[in-house]
Formats: sequence, structure tokens, C-alpha cells
Amino acid sequence: MRYAFFPGCVSRGGAPELYQSTMAVADRIGIELEEIEGWSCTGAGALQESNPLLGDTLNARNFALAQRMGLPIMTICSTCQGVMAQARVRLEDDEYRAQINGLLAEEGLEYTGGIQVKHMLWIMVEDIGLDRIKSMAVRSLDGVFLAPFYGCYIVRPSAALEYDEFPQRKIALELVIEALGATPVDNDGKTRCCGFPILTINERNSLAMVAKHTAEAQDLGADAMVTPCPLCHLNLDGFQSKAARQVGRQINVPILHLPQLIGAALGLDGPTLGLNRHIVSSFDVALKMGLRV
Amino acid sequence: MQAKVNVRRFNPDEERPKSYTQQFDVEVEEHFTVLDTLIKVREEIDGSLALRCSCRAAICGSCAMRVNGHAVLACKARVSQHLSDDGQVTVEPAGNQPVIKDLVVDLEPFWDKLRAVEPYLQPAMPEPEAEYLAPNEVMLHLVDVMGCIMCGACVSDCTVLEVDPNFLGPAALAKAYRFVADTRDEEDTKRLGIYNAYGGIWDCTRCGECVQACPKGVAPMDRIMALREKAVESGTPPGSYEGAQYGYRHSVAFEEIITHKGRLEETQLVVKTLGMFNLPKLLGMAPMALSAMFRRKMPPPITRAAPGVGQVRRLANRIRWNRLSKVE
Repeated sequence: MRYAFFPGCVSRGGAPELYQSTMAVADRIGIELEEIEGWSCTGAGALQESNPLLGDTLNARNFALAQRMGLPIMTICSTCQGVMAQARVRLEDDEYRAQINGLLAEEGLEYTGGIQVKHMLWIMVEDIGLDRIKSMAVRSLDGVFLAPFYGCYIVRPSAALEYDEFPQRKIALELVIEALGATPVDNDGKTRCCGFPILTINERNSLAMVAKHTAEAQDLGADAMVTPCPLCHLNLDGFQSKAARQVGRQINVPILHLPQLIGAALGLDGPTLGLNRHIVSSFDVALKMGLRV
Repeated sequence: MQAKVNVRRFNPDEERPKSYTQQFDVEVEEHFTVLDTLIKVREEIDGSLALRCSCRAAICGSCAMRVNGHAVLACKARVSQHLSDDGQVTVEPAGNQPVIKDLVVDLEPFWDKLRAVEPYLQPAMPEPEAEYLAPNEVMLHLVDVMGCIMCGACVSDCTVLEVDPNFLGPAALAKAYRFVADTRDEEDTKRLGIYNAYGGIWDCTRCGECVQACPKGVAPMDRIMALREKAVESGTPPGSYEGAQYGYRHSVAFEEIITHKGRLEETQLVVKTLGMFNLPKLLGMAPMALSAMFRRKMPPPITRAAPGVGQVRRLANRIRWNRLSKVE
């Protein structure tokens, strides 16, 4: 199975453990990842607010580069996935695509439409298959309680994310958690906002969201939260202690990236998965999953 | 078909008012909406169940409530599509609004916020004898946003309102956009000044809940983003709310970084947003930065441009150039 790999800025910046765990897991499962050479940021929703045309043009450029490789795109970030999915829908309009191709033409690029963009989470469920992942698991995660946390952009708007065609996307994280033998902890916050986009704009509100969701997961008995979104990870992990201070209570919930969870079940060790690189220690949950840390 | 309807109930007249869930077993037809089901409960099982409804045709906006955790118009949601495998559906009052009784919420805060954005035309031209006319084509792009039926579904599911009731919210801000984008309205600067305040356009998280919840395709979040674009582009001063100042800088810095480097430079974005000399705020970020450094994951302050950045820069320049030529 081969994909044009789109790592996204954060896995190459503030969340390197996401990149390293993705590569280790892909290697273990036998997924061939060819990084899109010269990929650019999708705009993360922020560029779309100041310059929507540039946002769509940069996404069309990434799509055109992947089409040259003749491969579907794999993302590892809910935000990249959502922004690309929305751009993809807009670019299905022939007239609009022609306008943007007019800009790309001088760079010798053309996006012909119809690119497939899939998050690693969906690839696990739809392309690899839960049975195969289950059969590859060498560690039992029995007795490990994990709270899923999706990240807004992989949930909404559901039409652009093709939820009608792929209804299992709605519960994909729970399906993966279950397939690996762990127990999903249902939580109200799982499809809500982590607060990251307003961290530097309205920190109080952003931290209130972090506190709300992490405290909920903790109170429901989760050993950790699992997210397919590195931006959620940055906020829920990096600002958890500050958020706990803001609301005046103790919160201590490790946050795992999706491939770290999969890698743990597949027998990879803590340092390979970068479990030692979180701000909130993952030591206890790693031990519970039977990892060397 | 049998449905087990779990209804969140609350009666303020009880001695110790407390909300609770009550389950009703109801025989429903395939075509039944959630509203049909609730009306059947009220008429045949428990006449005390309070709910609001009027048109039953997704026009009046009276029956917004949460079904299985998300806001819908009860008259537009077919109950069979919301039943779990064991035939259950959960119905709660709309979120982020005080509950008066059972499924009826107090809309006063909703109307207060709507009034706060001055939701009426403020033209500079002399008052005409009849209505203020506008050519059809300049109003077409407002058709969707004018389709708002003020049901409050977007307000119910707004993630910001959950933590900060001061936020004006998606419905009011979508209405605000409707007037800023109306060519007959001449008060954009004043309006954008109001919307730049605490609780305004910069406090939205872009979570998309309102876009998903809206039964009429108003897409409030997209309107809020358009207001941000207008505020920055028009040179409206950010005003005294520091969130707006950070929002302006974030918006400009993000585009600047992407067009220069091709990819995001996280450290630069934080410094440029908060301001290089904003020591209190920067120091507030320091513990996180130090922890990240300790774990060898602190992004460097300056990164090398991504391969292929030349193309990104040329594309950005081409768009800027096309825009300028159009203006001229």
C-alpha cells in the first residue's frame, strides 16, 4: 500500500514524536510512504480567513504534486485533513479549478480534480482493515482505558469529509482502540474543540476548553486520551498543567498520538514512538500497555 | 416501530428543581419526526411535557433542541434516523441557553446578543420614499446568510459559549456579516469596531459546530472568518481588546510566514502574534517552551524555507498582483 505522504507542519515542528511514530508504524505495517516533495502548509484554516484564494491555490498545488506521483494522499493531522477536504470540495467546481490552474500553469502544475485525501486513522479502518491490525498486534492492551479525541476538522463539516459514504468515520477512533484490545472511554468532549486556534488570542477560553476535556477524560477513568490531531495534542498536552491551575484542580492525563497507540500494540517501544517527548508524562500508561520506556 | 425516547426534563415549580432523564416508550411511524414523537408523548403519555413548536416545516425555527447530543430542528429530524441499535434516542433542550422548563429554553440572551450587533440597515443615503433599493446581483451572495431563521441551533452547539457566555455567538455574528456585506449599509467601520471587542469575531475557535448544526446553510463560522478578513483588510483599528490585537497580528503573521517559508514557523508565529516586547505574555509561554526544549521538541525560532518555497512565493505574488490590477 503506497501513499503520497503529507506530514503537515506540526509533525515537522512542535510534535516530532508524531512523525517518528508514524514512520515506525508505517514500516511495521508495510505502508509505503513517499513524502510529497516540496509540500506546503494547507493554511490550517488560518490562512483561509485572511486569503482564501491563496489557501485553495496552495492546496491545489499540493494535490497537483501528489497527482504527479499517481498516489492518494495520506495525512496525519485532523486539521490538514479537514482543510484539504474542504479545498477539495471547492476545487471540484470546474470553473474555480480552471481559475486556480491558471495560477499553477506558470509553475508547470495542473490539478485535474478527484484526488483522494485520507487521514491515517481512516486508512487503518478502510484500507488496512481492523482485522489485519488486530492480527498484527503483539501486545494486549486489555484493561487500558482510552478516551478518543478527534479534533474538529476531521469531524466537521461532515459532508466534505464524506461521512455519508463512510459512516464508520464517525467512530473510527473507537474502532481502532477496540481493535487493539483497549477500551474506549466515551466522553462528551471527543468531537469538541481543544481550544488551540485561540490559544494566543484568548488564552483563558482556550485553557478552559483544555481543562474541560482533560478533566472529563480523567473523571471517566481514562488512562490516556488518544488524538489524530497534533494541534489538539499541543494544547491538551502542552497546556494541561496551566489549564488545571486556571480551574483550580488537579488534572494529569497523558495524551497519545494515534500512531503511538497503534505502535504500542504492534510491539514498538516507548523511545521509538517518542512517548518520552510528551509534556504530561506517559510513563504510567506506557507501563500499563507493557512498553519499555 | 417502537422508540425509547430519553427526554431531559426540568420543572422549575418543583420544591427542589433538578433536571433528570425520563424514558418514554412510543410507537412511531417511519415518517415520524422527533417533533411528531414528542407531540405524541405529550398528547398520549404525559401532558406536562413542555416544548416549543409552531410551523412543523423547518421555517419558524421554534423547535431547535439537542438530539443525541447535537442541535437539530426537531421538525426536520426523522426519528428513525436517530435511533440507536436498541431503539433509543436522547432529546435534550438546546445547549448554552438557560432552561425554562423541559425542552424550552430562555431565548432572551439570544435576542440580546442579536440586538448588540445592530441588526438593521444603516445607510448614509437620504431616506427614500419606499425601500432602499439594491441591484439584484449585489444581494445574491447574501441569500444564504439571510436564510437564518434564528432557531439558535448554532448557539446551542457553540464550543466557545460553553466556556464563555459573553461570546456574541454564531447567530449574531452571522447577522452582523449580513449588514457589513450589504452594499447599502455605510457603517462598516463602526460595526467592525463593535465586532472587534471582547466576545466578538476574534474569540471564535473555528470549530465548525455552527456550520454543522445550522439547518439552513447559513455557515456562521464562514461569515465570522469573512468579518475577520474585512476587519484586517479595511484597516479598521483592532481597538482596545487585546484578543483583537493578537487576532490581527496572527492573521497577518500566518500569511506572511507561509508565503515566505512555505510552512509554518510555530515559534515565529507565537512571537509575532503576541508581540516581541510583550514580556508578560511571552513569559507565560516560557514554561511550555522550556518543557518542550527539555524534550527536544522546541521548534527553532528561525527555520529554513521549505523546498519548493519559490513556487509558493510566486503563487502568492501572482494572487496579490491580480488583486491589485483588479482594484486599479
